Amino acid sequence: MKLIFEKSQTGRRGGELPHYELPPAKVPDELRRETAPRLPELAEPEIVRHFTELSTRNFGIDTGFYPLGSCTMKYNPRVNERLAMLPGFRDLHPYQDEDASQGALELMWRLQEALIEVSGLHACSLQPAAGSQGELTGLLLMRAYFADRGEAEQRDTIITADTAHGTNPASVTMAGYNLAKVETDARGNVDVAHLRQMVDERTAGLMLTNPSTLGLFDEHIEEIAEIFHEVGALLYYDGANLNAVCGISRPGDMGFDIVHINLHKTFSQPHGGGGPGGGPVVVRDKLEPFLPVPALVRDGERFRLDHDRPKSIGKVRGFTGPFGVFVRSYAYIRSYGPRLREMSEVAVLNANYLLARLREAYDLPYDRLAMHEFVLSARSLKREHGITALDVAKRLMDYGFHPPTIYFPLVVPEALMVEPTETEAKETLDEFADAMLAIAREAENDPELLRQAPHARPVKRLDEVLAAKRAIVKYGFDQHPDLSGAQPEPRQLEAQKGT
Amino acid sequence: MSYLSLTERDREEMLAAIGVSSVEELFRDIPAGVRFGRELDLGPPLSEQELSRHLEELAARNVDSSKELSFLGAGIYDHYVPAVVDTVLQRGEFLTAYTPYQPEMSQGVLQAIFEYQTVICELTGMDVSNASGYDGTTVAADACYVAKHATGRTKVVVTEATNPQVRQVVKTYASGFGLEVVEVPHRGGVTDPDELRRAATDAACVIFQQPNFFGCLEPAPDLAAAANDAEAIAVAHVDPISLGVLEAPGAYGCGMAIGEGQSAGNYQSFAGPHYGFLAARKEFIRRMPGRIVGETLDAAGERGYVLTLQTREQHIRREKATSNITTNQTLLALAGLVHLSWLGPQGLREVGETCMSLAAYAQSRLADAGLEPAFSERTTFKEFAVRTGRNAQDAIRSARERGVHPGYALGRDYQGFDDALLVAVTERRTPADIDRLVEALAK
Repeated sequence: MKLIFEKSQTGRRGGELPHYELPPAKVPDELRRETAPRLPELAEPEIVRHFTELSTRNFGIDTGFYPLGSCTMKYNPRVNERLAMLPGFRDLHPYQDEDASQGALELMWRLQEALIEVSGLHACSLQPAAGSQGELTGLLLMRAYFADRGEAEQRDTIITADTAHGTNPASVTMAGYNLAKVETDARGNVDVAHLRQMVDERTAGLMLTNPSTLGLFDEHIEEIAEIFHEVGALLYYDGANLNAVCGISRPGDMGFDIVHINLHKTFSQPHGGGGPGGGPVVVRDKLEPFLPVPALVRDGERFRLDHDRPKSIGKVRGFTGPFGVFVRSYAYIRSYGPRLREMSEVAVLNANYLLARLREAYDLPYDRLAMHEFVLSARSLKREHGITALDVAKRLMDYGFHPPTIYFPLVVPEALMVEPTETEAKETLDEFADAMLAIAREAENDPELLRQAPHARPVKRLDEVLAAKRAIVKYGFDQHPDLSGAQPEPRQLEAQKGT
Repeated sequence: MSYLSLTERDREEMLAAIGVSSVEELFRDIPAGVRFGRELDLGPPLSEQELSRHLEELAARNVDSSKELSFLGAGIYDHYVPAVVDTVLQRGEFLTAYTPYQPEMSQGVLQAIFEYQTVICELTGMDVSNASGYDGTTVAADACYVAKHATGRTKVVVTEATNPQVRQVVKTYASGFGLEVVEVPHRGGVTDPDELRRAATDAACVIFQQPNFFGCLEPAPDLAAAANDAEAIAVAHVDPISLGVLEAPGAYGCGMAIGEGQSAGNYQSFAGPHYGFLAARKEFIRRMPGRIVGETLDAAGERGYVLTLQTREQHIRREKATSNITTNQTLLALAGLVHLSWLGPQGLREVGETCMSLAAYAQSRLADAGLEPAFSERTTFKEFAVRTGRNAQDAIRSARERGVHPGYALGRDYQGFDDALLVAVTERRTPADIDRLVEALAK
């Protein structure tokens, strides 16, 4: 379909503004814009049609099943959207006086308290804008904590698992730490023997997801925590998989000192095609003095922002964080209350049911009960029929499903990482399982059908190598590059995963 | 209230298929010592009606800009958000999609991001834009990370007239990046290019804001030249709503342009979620943080869009990535695209001119009433600092008693400005509103 710029006609316009009889603006000549930006010029009806048509070329949870592993694609309640748009929230300025924003501050305080309860720790900052920013915040908290103890120089290394999300090592580098990677054992747990060799007085901490990206709860978590605490190091919990354990096991009780929580996963902030998210951090009491400013505190029935925190790491984002996200996640938590436990139970039940239905047709690298997600491998399909995880993923689209996460975690070849979430009906799980089984049969009987898939989407497989080589990252108007001479091949990069 | 679908019968059938007798058994890998032994203390589950009532009560305790005439700005602005933005953002296909890892499922959002990148490049005069950053503060830290690796230098310069929140976030990140942050003071509301040139020696980048935090127009081309003379990357922090009127940073020598996108398409929402934008010259394309969408062809030779240059990113490059950004602010950036498409080039210029005229009118009316501008020599855009002749907090209190929030107390961040207010005037304010402001601030 056409780009919005290709529908533009000079002189056409959408909105009009009120006009006031005032002297015209005086822009100094040397600062005045010389050439107008080439924004689209369309009337409002055409704008609505353009974006409506784009939306029909997109797939969301509202469209269908979206078992993208590690992304927790659950239903996003519509009432939460309505509540976030209440004028008292939507039109509130962050510099409004505290006495005139008590409702917003109270909502944030209540959300903090709920996250503290769910994580089993002591203090919370809602400021980080996403999980990866929560990670960076957590690592900067470690830096500040050790600096305060005079151990900043000594402790220069963070350990992550080889199953970790890519954000973990990226955050380690951004925080100025060295990275060390611990291996995974045959049962899918952290290799404790390997870990013992690595941890010493240079270790600042561990970053771990539990359950891991393999969807497995680490059976040695208490021992792992002890190994780090014995040398005075800290444990960071990547909360990407918290949806498995709400009300069942708390990171603080597992021994973690810092947690980030992905509000756009466990607590249902819609993900908006890539964002927004929210990545609050929750910490043990000894780390509280270092949390970002301002801190939100309660004085009796009043709530206020405290900027006087001399040991704070500073600010990681503007103001007090993405408030609209807080409204939705707070609403989500209050709708469940203690039934969050049931939410996690059903997430785990759904995952294990799907696993039970699929385990004969696909390889299962770690044969254990899953938590909220599980990782299959298309290794045998590849060996026997030349069909890859990518082919399976693309064929699933023809059956009307969003594919699972593929090629992640990296320790599993031809990985298919499936997370159904708790909001799916059994019929949906069955339809998906039927499709996966049908695809395994197609791999044997008609592999070419899979290699050419998808057949029922607005585009065929795309040439990612060509995209990276030509790097056409904006519309060029009358000088837009012409790709028509290229010989496209459906070349896709294998790693397609983030958190 | 829950959003679960399973019936008792479903559960029984599913447990049988798994081969366990209870849900409890599914958790047998969790060591007994770390199991949670009580019920979560979160209050009882609420029905949709109860939930709505509870949140409506909380919302009612806030004084938003529909209840009080507001001249607050200082980084977040009450610009008009057209209805078409709400319409597009509530499309479930956009709202409830994840990051477009599977392009065949996500052409809608991928094309929208490609269009957004184009709009940001048009506004800023840059060659490449990412798909968005968290907000106007974090993109400044991102720019420092790009500059550090592009130049091999470990100092960054930020003008004091840059939004204090931006400076604070840069300083926080700098501790991890191993960067020294140097601030250059303002001189009567703007930055002195010669002073900036001296500070820029050996700097990776120089960040300045245009219009600056005081609303004053900086001599931006001279500031960019000062940075370039020192071979530091000139980074302009700009307001998208100003760029129909003010020159694009790319036209006066900047290497990067960043900013808070909120004024284009996002509600105030107590500061978020919003979007930050980061655009750069093409020489920096492989150092950019975050997602970038590129054009390509599909197997049938048809045009399509994909996430591209992913070898910069954390999921492939891991500890060597150009940033850890994963989740960004796509939906808010989409709002920006829709708003800017609705305005078009003419509308964008008119919004800028209207804000500027209204702000100039407010400044002159306040001066007539005896409230002098803090920087009378300077040209301002939609915001200006005014001396109230008394403690600004007192001025705010008494104006609010008359139903007007007159602005931000500048003394919170700048010494010697305890009596000054930063007053923001968007196109949503009318001349009559401004007359009310003058009355409310009159002594």
